[in-house]
Amino acid sequence: MKILHRETERHVLTVMVDNEAGILAKIAGLFTARGYNIDSLTVADITENHAVSRITIVTKGPPSVIDQIHAQLERLVPVHKVIDLTESGPHLERELALVKVSGKGENRVEALRLADVFRANVVDSTTSSFIFEIVGTPEKVDSFIALMRELGLVEVGRTGVVGMMRGPEGI
Amino acid sequence: MSEEKSGAAILVESLVRQNVEFVFGYPGGAVLPIYDELFSDTRVRHILVRHEAGAAHAAEGYARSTGKPGVVLVTSGPGATNAVTGIADAFLDSIPLVVITGQVATNLIGSDAFQEADTVGITRHCTKHNYLVKDPSELAATIDEAFQIAMEGRPGPVVVDIPKNVQVATATWSENAIQRKNRYSPRKAASADEIAEAVDMIARAERPILYTGGGVINSGPRASELLRKFQEITGAPLTSTLMGLGAFDHRHPDWLGMLGMHGTYEANMAMNECDVMVNIGARFDDRVTGRLDAFSPNSEKIHIDIDRSSINKVVEVDLGIVGDCATVLEQMIAAWGKRKQADISEWKARIERWRAKDSLAYAKQVKGGTIMPQLAVERLYALTRDKDPIITTEVGQHQMWAAQYFGFDKPNKWLTSGGLGTMGYGMPAAIGAQLGNPDSLVIDIAGEASIQMNIQELGTASQFRLPIKVFILNNEYMGMVRQWQELTYESRYSNSYSDSLPDFVALSEAYGWKGIRIHDESQLDAGIKAMMEHDGPVMVDCLVSKEANCFPMIPSGAAHTEMLLYGDTVAGTMEDEAKALV
Ligand SMILES: Cc1ncc(C[n+]2csc(CCOP(=O)(O)OP(=O)(O)O)c2C)c(N)n1
Ligand SMILES: [Mg+2]
Repeated sequence: MKILHRETERHVLTVMVDNEAGILAKIAGLFTARGYNIDSLTVADITENHAVSRITIVTKGPPSVIDQIHAQLERLVPVHKVIDLTESGPHLERELALVKVSGKGENRVEALRLADVFRANVVDSTTSSFIFEIVGTPEKVDSFIALMRELGLVEVGRTGVVGMMRGPEGI
Repeated sequence: MSEEKSGAAILVESLVRQNVEFVFGYPGGAVLPIYDELFSDTRVRHILVRHEAGAAHAAEGYARSTGKPGVVLVTSGPGATNAVTGIADAFLDSIPLVVITGQVATNLIGSDAFQEADTVGITRHCTKHNYLVKDPSELAATIDEAFQIAMEGRPGPVVVDIPKNVQVATATWSENAIQRKNRYSPRKAASADEIAEAVDMIARAERPILYTGGGVINSGPRASELLRKFQEITGAPLTSTLMGLGAFDHRHPDWLGMLGMHGTYEANMAMNECDVMVNIGARFDDRVTGRLDAFSPNSEKIHIDIDRSSINKVVEVDLGIVGDCATVLEQMIAAWGKRKQADISEWKARIERWRAKDSLAYAKQVKGGTIMPQLAVERLYALTRDKDPIITTEVGQHQMWAAQYFGFDKPNKWLTSGGLGTMGYGMPAAIGAQLGNPDSLVIDIAGEASIQMNIQELGTASQFRLPIKVFILNNEYMGMVRQWQELTYESRYSNSYSDSLPDFVALSEAYGWKGIRIHDESQLDAGIKAMMEHDGPVMVDCLVSKEANCFPMIPSGAAHTEMLLYGDTVAGTMEDEAKALV
């Protein structure tokens, strides 16, 4: 017998929670308890009184598991609302990355040229290095990093995805 | 050569590769494939306990007394949750365990399947590391790494959760499988600068003290030898925590006795008045420091610990040295060279004046031949010392009396639950110690309340013909609770009386043990001798004074200098601030 690893798909979940101690660990625990990883996670409080945080989670798992986690998330007392952006239709995803590249001569010029194409900003520079700031969909960030890898990539930092439904309605 | 094997078979091969002699365990649905592998395999011996807590404590006893990792095998759900206390105990006392837990099949995880518990989640904060293995091809490397993590650096328990379908499914096994990339390599040696600075501080000291802990034991027997050597060249007086007993010879003139809440007057006073304190493998536990703001106020402090996060966790030190006790002691001995210690004769004379208080004195003469528990431990020591026994304990007054009145002169002979303070630790730990040391005399010094917490393990000792001895200091009270109620709650003994006790002699005989009861002092020596002479497990029910208290004592929230000694009158109430402290 071999273990059949189930088909997984990528989902982006947005979770509104009360800003209380331990809630992040509890939410992460729902994923690890099922043996699934969180690909990215962002959290920040978004209300004037700092009482509510918006969490965006990108995960991969079998659809039935994602659905269960969705239901389990909603069952947590401090959780107000959970939206599976992937399920709910047209939505935006944005991510910010800082990308450090070092090199001289032609590589350096090429890096700058590509940054321009991707509308990445130079936020730090020395005579032998740049740090670019790039904002976009995860795919756009991925392809920029892939190009920079050929030109002397030193270091990458990514924020992970934040997402929002298109259109006039709020959460 | 490589071949296709089931996950269960790969697990057993991996245990063999790690030279595992014993697995302490209990079967169930989610580990049946592993048990089937063990059925026909004579290379690892399975010790069937009677409750999974017993398995974990037995593995701890084996580990602590042999220096090798203890291995536990339990089923999913209740099997794993029953083992959690032992895992947490090993975590706090830095005991290396590898705990294999069965799990429901991967496709059922998260569905509230029968006997499903989130073992990885539950044990996250009481393990050094834990794993959920999702494919048999990862198993060999995971087990190899689990043993490495359990043993290296600061030892501790590691849980490997293996779903049932991963035990059944197959993967390629090869004898020389590539092990997981070595991603864990804690620092062992100190830098030359740190050593030079430490040696300078100690050589300049006028009132030095060595304060040693369980880290010296964990570092291996060589650490104890090096400690003795280092003490000899520096001449510094030495005290130890509960966990460190045995690293130094208790008969040495510079031995101050144990320190802390029930430590000796001289040890605690010397800690308070020293000018240079050298903490070797101890962790400034609250049971040791007493009130923190009054803890050794005028000393420069050096802390040697393999765990970086122990340094400056509780007490800010002047020099933190991350490293293994044996390695660092060896470095310090080499750096000391032919130095001379500053004259510390005045310091030693002061210590002798504190020692003259005789803080371990107790009322020896009691009406009607009632046995004082301290005397029982002293006699037990006197009559067994030539056999070099391994002592385990439960938790309570008897544990402290054992620490105070039994003498220890070698490492790995004293097994007690220090950090977690787990009642029920002693008998299963004795079982593990006896298996690891078949020729040793192993005695659990117990309380009548604690022993009932894992009393079912009587059956394990019978089944495996382990001649362990359980010596109960029966005071008919949860004595330590009663003592605190006497000192802090005006003697309102709420639920601390041990009512409806079993007849321990009849109970042990029902399990095929020998049972002995000792009523009064005139029977004490004969009873101990009868216990020793019986070539099999023995339970001794030694009736002792019901209301004896454990002194010296630093009351909750007090400083080292505010010790209560035997005969001090003690007020029956306490400030709320003190009551709220641990
Ligand atoms: C599992 C567990 N539950 C509760 C306690 C709290 N406790 C500490 S000592 C003690 C009493 C122990 O009584 P006994 O075993 O008779 O020992 P004695 O103090 O009388 O020597 C209790 C209840 C504990 N340490 N462990
Ligand atoms: Mg008792």
